[in-house]
Amino acid sequence: MSADVKTAAAPKAAGGGAAPDGFGPWFSRAVLRNGPLGGLIALVVVMAVLSRDFLNGQNLLNVGVQASVTAILAFGVTFVIVSAGIDLSVGSLAALSATVVAWAATNEGLPVWLAVLLGLAVGAAAGLLSGALVAYGRLPAFIATLAMLSVGRGLALVISGGTPIPFPDAVNALGDTLGGWLPVPVLVMIAMGLIAALVLARTYSGRAMFAIGGNEEAARLSGIDVKRRKLVIYALSGVFAAVAGIVLAARLTSAQPQAASGYELDAIAAVVIGGASLSGGSGKASGTLIGALILAVLRNGLNLLSVSAFWQQVATGLVIALAVLLDTLRRRSAR
Amino acid sequence: MTGVNDDVPGGRELLRVEGVTKAFPGVRALDGVDLTLRAGEVHVLLGENGAGKSTLIKMLSGAHRPDSGRILVAGGAGRLPANTGEGEPDALREVQIRSAQDAERLGIATIYQEFNLVPGLTVAENVFLGRQPRTALGLIDKKAMRARAADLLRRVRLDVSPNTPVAELGIARLQMVEIAKALSLDARILIMDEPTAVLTSEEVETLFGIVRELREAGVGIIFITHHLDEIGALGDRVTVLRDGRSIDEVPAATGEEELIRLMVGRDIAEQYPRRRSDAPGPPLLRVRGLTRHGARTTGGAPARPVFEGIDFEVRAGEVVGLAGLVGAGRTEVARAVFGVDRYDAGTVEVAGARLVRGDVRAAMRAGLGLVPEDRKGQGLVLDASLQDNLTLARLDRDTRGGLVDRRGQRREAAAVAEQLKVRMSGLGQSARTLSGGNQQKIVIGKWLLAQTRLLILDEPTRGIDVGAKVEIYQLVNELTAAGCGVLMISSDLPEVLGMSDRVLVMAQGRLTGELPAADATQDAVMELALQSPHGTGDGTHTNESAMEGSDVR
Repeated sequence: MSADVKTAAAPKAAGGGAAPDGFGPWFSRAVLRNGPLGGLIALVVVMAVLSRDFLNGQNLLNVGVQASVTAILAFGVTFVIVSAGIDLSVGSLAALSATVVAWAATNEGLPVWLAVLLGLAVGAAAGLLSGALVAYGRLPAFIATLAMLSVGRGLALVISGGTPIPFPDAVNALGDTLGGWLPVPVLVMIAMGLIAALVLARTYSGRAMFAIGGNEEAARLSGIDVKRRKLVIYALSGVFAAVAGIVLAARLTSAQPQAASGYELDAIAAVVIGGASLSGGSGKASGTLIGALILAVLRNGLNLLSVSAFWQQVATGLVIALAVLLDTLRRRSAR
Repeated sequence: MTGVNDDVPGGRELLRVEGVTKAFPGVRALDGVDLTLRAGEVHVLLGENGAGKSTLIKMLSGAHRPDSGRILVAGGAGRLPANTGEGEPDALREVQIRSAQDAERLGIATIYQEFNLVPGLTVAENVFLGRQPRTALGLIDKKAMRARAADLLRRVRLDVSPNTPVAELGIARLQMVEIAKALSLDARILIMDEPTAVLTSEEVETLFGIVRELREAGVGIIFITHHLDEIGALGDRVTVLRDGRSIDEVPAATGEEELIRLMVGRDIAEQYPRRRSDAPGPPLLRVRGLTRHGARTTGGAPARPVFEGIDFEVRAGEVVGLAGLVGAGRTEVARAVFGVDRYDAGTVEVAGARLVRGDVRAAMRAGLGLVPEDRKGQGLVLDASLQDNLTLARLDRDTRGGLVDRRGQRREAAAVAEQLKVRMSGLGQSARTLSGGNQQKIVIGKWLLAQTRLLILDEPTRGIDVGAKVEIYQLVNELTAAGCGVLMISSDLPEVLGMSDRVLVMAQGRLTGELPAADATQDAVMELALQSPHGTGDGTHTNESAMEGSDVR
């Protein structure tokens, strides 16, 4: 699956003129095999034609930055969706974790590394709690994480007193660039993507996610400890949310309790556009990355074209529906 | 092959399929199939899974269309011959069956293995779904609908009210409702896809009675079954399909061995090739006093225990059969032993060590494996690859330093798929796309890879064709020869008798007897299976409880 991540990142590299011979067949095969990638490429082509400003290096890096928070959240949600669950709490947990980091470092004067660790731990703990409600409390994941959405947001407001807290400078570097041009959020996104791909493809929990999402009863009868795996799955989602929250706060240089509101829906959309099925058992980190990039390219392009924010929402909705529709048709014809 | 013999029973031709071909991507499902169906005959369609039976009947019911070849149906309206005019010989004419409605118009009704009933609606509503009788005002005439439904239910000897919600019926009764629905169409061509697979022998007799009545009334019936003994009992002619071709048409009186030879294209020396060992090894599994109370009724009265006081053991190198009626509690015992469900009393020991209750992983570590009766619902992750399915039960073992050894898994999976002769395009193929027999091999292969020493097989060959069955039996032989023990639950009596070294029989949650292979006959097993273990004289309800049995989950 890590190979897929490379494929997903390849269009950009291909622009640099790598491997000119054999590119044609590679291209058509990649598009055929990976529906969402074809969609992303088509969208990039359309935007490049419509706006002269779209296809330059700086703007493409901007797209990467815009995609980063959604993508990191979505990687975590991929784990949950592959296992046939849903996580609505990731936006709130991102804000809560960032708030905890800022509060601990700025207000309480804890060392920055400890503050960050605390933030990640809060994300993990909240996810663990959702997972416990789902696995042991037998709550539907929708309900358990809806509750966590509210609790997380509420706690962020309580801790911050409702006002933004300045983010520690050392962590703000995460929102900055390397060498003045390479945005760190993009690097974090790629790193988290690789971790997600590794978890899905190569770890016990990752393989268990596919089994649980595909057929929970068969997984249980094959000795998968389904309940404990669910704890891990939701905790992982919480950790990824915490990382996303920290990156977002670093870009804004402050932790805002109202940040990342509604991001959970973007994250779910990215996962689904990336070809995962909400009924579980399928999904890839590379697909999720592509899904997040599709959403970011769309927003960026429409901004360049001066389309109003209101119409952007309409367009985003249409693209989500279209992407999943095309993917469904593609799969049906493949059967 | 399509030659019309004068001595075949039945009347004029109702249906003729000529040289029909159908290809799906990568598979030639049908390759020049011929079939004729006459009025008043039961025509058995016989073939292994994947031979093309399903594709053929889907073609006749409008789900698929042939690539080439012709389908001819006797002319006239699609109703019983009686309605089309007295004795007028209907000429065959070529038809295009594009939809279920087309099939219905031509008088073709199909009863699939998977029922097409709406659980929330009543029996009457289901029977007349989409064709409800109307009043003068255009509203549904409930009274007429109920009356006609009651009439149909009497014909299929189903003793339930037309107002019963379908969700309350057991699987055998659902089958009867489906038949009532087909009757309501006055179909003159009735296709039944393995209607007896889920029925007890008594219900099968009822079904046969209904089928014979329909035959008397001039209906042509295409009957699909894997039970060879049913062919002689009910059929008139048999068309054998193999690899998408119609191999031969033979009278139903043809011997079983010949039928098997036609079906698989080779001789199967023995249908049940059990090689019994003379001296079984030490006990692997020992179950003592296993008991699970029933759920209390709302009144607080204790219900009949799900199972009670179950004692048995399985030795190394031994196949122990567990026979009984559906609903006798066999599956429940197996699940409790394997740690899937809890039990209230008793002990389970594997190789002398006591197992923790309700812990599948502990059972697996001790060397137990369970091939569940519901292959698709519990045995497989259908959309996952064969490799993932095969290695699912050894995921712990394959994880080193936090990472799963995928290459090692691939090697293991390839080896076991080779050993089991799984017919597949590759290990990346999804389990959903395999035939039933190959799917079952994957489930068994999963336990082989998990190094299981005592394998519980729950209905291991249900819905599996003869060729794959024999392969599974041979695998059982290999397992026991290698010192494993096998506990085999089966409702297929010849299979239990043919493959077991000892036969345990359950009735109403209790073990009613144990028979060594030498003494196990169909009669002896049935007698024990029908016994009332509580001796309260309620033995007559046995079949009823079987019908609504908990195996129908």
